Parts: sequence; C-alpha cells; structure tokens
Amino acid sequence: MYLSQKKIDERLMELKEEIPMKMYNDLNRELSKVKITEEALENILKDVLRRYRYAKVEPGEAVGILAAQSMGEPSTQMTMRTFHYAGVAELNVTLGLPRIIEIVDARKQPSTPSMTIYLEEDYRNNPEMAKKVASTIGNLYVSDLLESDELDYLGSKVILYLDEYELDKNEVEVDEIVSKVKSGIKGIDVESDGKSVVLSLTKGKNTSRKELKKILTKAKIIYIRGVKGVTRVVMRKEGDEHVIYTEGSNLKDLLKIDGVDITRTKTNDILEVHRVLGIEAARNAIINEIQDTLNEQGLIVDIRHLMLISDIMTVDGDVKAIGRHGVSGEKASVLARAAFEITVDHLLDAGVKGEYDELEGIVENVIVGRPVKLGTGMVEVVMRRELEESKEAI
Amino acid sequence: MTRKLEISKHKLVPQHEILSEEEAMVLLDKLNISRGQLPKTYKNDPMVKKIKATVGDIIRITRKSNTAGESYYYRVVIEP
Repeated sequence: MYLSQKKIDERLMELKEEIPMKMYNDLNRELSKVKITEEALENILKDVLRRYRYAKVEPGEAVGILAAQSMGEPSTQMTMRTFHYAGVAELNVTLGLPRIIEIVDARKQPSTPSMTIYLEEDYRNNPEMAKKVASTIGNLYVSDLLESDELDYLGSKVILYLDEYELDKNEVEVDEIVSKVKSGIKGIDVESDGKSVVLSLTKGKNTSRKELKKILTKAKIIYIRGVKGVTRVVMRKEGDEHVIYTEGSNLKDLLKIDGVDITRTKTNDILEVHRVLGIEAARNAIINEIQDTLNEQGLIVDIRHLMLISDIMTVDGDVKAIGRHGVSGEKASVLARAAFEITVDHLLDAGVKGEYDELEGIVENVIVGRPVKLGTGMVEVVMRRELEESKEAI
Repeated sequence: MTRKLEISKHKLVPQHEILSEEEAMVLLDKLNISRGQLPKTYKNDPMVKKIKATVGDIIRITRKSNTAGESYYYRVVIEP
C-alpha cells in the first residue's frame, strides 16, 4: 500500500517548523518522485531528523571562539600586503589581510573604494550603449574638453578653445558648457561662438593678471557631469556582458542612472551599503566581501562563521567594528572589557560610576575563578519548590 | 537620465515586512523574550522607512540563506 502524495505532503508539513527550508524543499522534491509505503517514509524521516539534530550546534557551544579561530587561522596564511588587481588590470583594489582588517574594523571609508557596475539587459551586450553609460558615470570637467586657453590682458578676458573631437566623443553641447561656467563663477559674462568660450569680467576692465589666472583655474575645474566621487572608470567584457568598474564609490547617485542594473550593482564600501540599502544589506555585504577576499587567496572558510561575525557586527542596527571601539568595547561586563584592552581605564571608570558586574560571561568567571558558563557549565540544578513543600507535608 | 531609487530590488536587500501586533505577541511568547532582546534596526534605516515602520514595530526579514535556503530574522525598530 503506497502512500498518496497528499499524505506525504501532510506528514512533511508537520516537520516544517523544525527543519530548515532547504531540507524541506529537498525532501519534498525527492519524495514526490518515488512511490513509498508509510513505514518507509517514517524510516526516512526518522533518519533525516536524526542526522539533522546530530549536525546542529549544541546549546552552550562556544560558537564565537570557533568563528574567530576559523577565520583567524587562514588569515595567517595570507600575504601581508598584496597589490593584486581584482580582475581589471588598471584598477588597484586592496585585498588580502589588509582588506579583511578593513572590513572587520568597519572603517568609515575603505582605502580603495570601488564599484562593480552591471548593466541592464539592453545595455549589457551592446558595447556602444555600455560606453555611453560609462561616460555618464565618469567625471567630466571643463579642462577635459579644452584644446588650449588664452588670457587676454587688454580686454580682461579668458578665452577657452574647445576641442571638437572631445566634445563629439563625450556628446557635450557648447551651450551646456556655457551655462555650467556661468553658474560656476560669479561676476563674469560668458559668450561662445561654437569653437571657443569667452569669459569676460562684468565690472571694469582693470583686472590684474592674478585675477584672470584665478578665473582660468576656476573655470577649468568646473564639473560638467558624472557621478560625484568616482575618479576612474574602466569597462571590461566579462563572459558575454559588459561590466564597468570604478575607482571611488557613490552608490546612491549611481543607481539613479539609466541603464545601471539596480539589482546586482555593488560597492565595496560597507558603510555606504548601510546608508543606502539598510542594515540587512550591510550584513549581506560583509559576508560577501569577507568571503570574496578569502576565496581570492584560495582559502575556504565555512560561511556559517562569516554569518555569525556579520550578525554580531549588525545586531544593534549599526555596523559595529569588532574590537575596542565596537563589539568588545560595548560588552556589559566591566571585567570582560578590562580583560580585553586598556584595563586600567575601564576599571577606574567603573569604580567612579559604581558599576556592577553580574558575572554572567566567560572572562569574568575565569577571572574570579568560578565555573564558566559554557558547554556543560551552562546548566544548573534548580530545586522544584512544590516538590520540597509536598515532602514537608508528609 | 535620473530615476527613483528602488532599493528593495537590490540583490543584497531581503524582504522586509511589519508584524501585526498579534503576530508579534505570538513570536515573543514563543521565544520567551521581551521586545528589547531582539536584534535592532534604526528608524532611519532605508528599508524601515520604505515599509513605513515606526518605533517599536517588529520587522520580519526573510533572508535568503546559503545554508538554510530561507530563514526568518526579526528586528525591532528603535530610535537611532
């Protein structure tokens, strides 16, 4: 007598609470392929559950120490300083141990901020369109479009000769330059005849050389377009799609540009991910960044350890560093903090404030010489009041 | 040239939803903890703002996990 699919589904639903989604899906998929008796099903489920429970981490296991050691050991294998290039030859990205330290320290800014930009379907296979997106991302200044410049001391003018080839390449209209220069510098008139832009002072003609030179330098660094913060843009073909890499990072403005794939585009600046996409995205970014850095060196660390590290860094809604200014520095226990770093300061401070130590943690208990609350030390014997009272009654 | 930023579509951002008051009570009861013991998220977090959660709300996050396939995580909204 084989079980019907409905019966199997019902039986599996009962287990759904206990087992992970992935296991449930696997079981569901495999069991739908076979004809099976009730006894066989029960045997399978019993075995699956037994193995699952066996694989689970036991209560009281020191998972934090395991994670720390599992990540610390491979780190010793890493070269101290690598100037490797992540995929793109022209772009320098910090990798190896310095990068890991940077992530775990939750630095305000990574030493080499960089973005990997994927493009939307219509753009990714078309080099022309991809180039167009790349050119809107890269910063363009007035100086990039000039052939030469001239200072007219008699007429108190600054003349900028435009490079038509560059104008064409970047698809910039002369009017655009005129309006940008006009709004960028005060007290000047701007005129153009298509090939050059003439800046003349509005008040008086007795301007000094110094002042004209000042205007010229100001005009040259006027920003025409691009994403602020991006300093270099490199395009590369990866498989059958075009991917853009940048030096400098500005996710918020970048994701607003047409053609950029908002689902996959990423940055290596974790705090920026937190600002733009939120704390959960930051958690995922930390995991991905650590894993990519380790894998790049050929080291493999179980992702569960990285997930734990990442979770601890993000529990409080903010990306905290692992160390003095973050996780370790915010421990509730005075003794635990004192045991970590700057012992005297912590003890003195606690004394002044009259802090209290509950002796709940590991380090505190090691210091005072009590059993540590780990593993079998987690459990305590509790007296059941009713039982004692009923004894007395007898 | 420019468009609105839709952060919830990004691959790094999991699904967020606000728990109703009953669901929240059931959860806290099941875990035998108080609201303050849950992981936290700031009121000004972009995703919290997007789903219009207020301080004290519990948010259920459906994470895509490499190990468990899919898992739930809960955060309570706090003032930054």
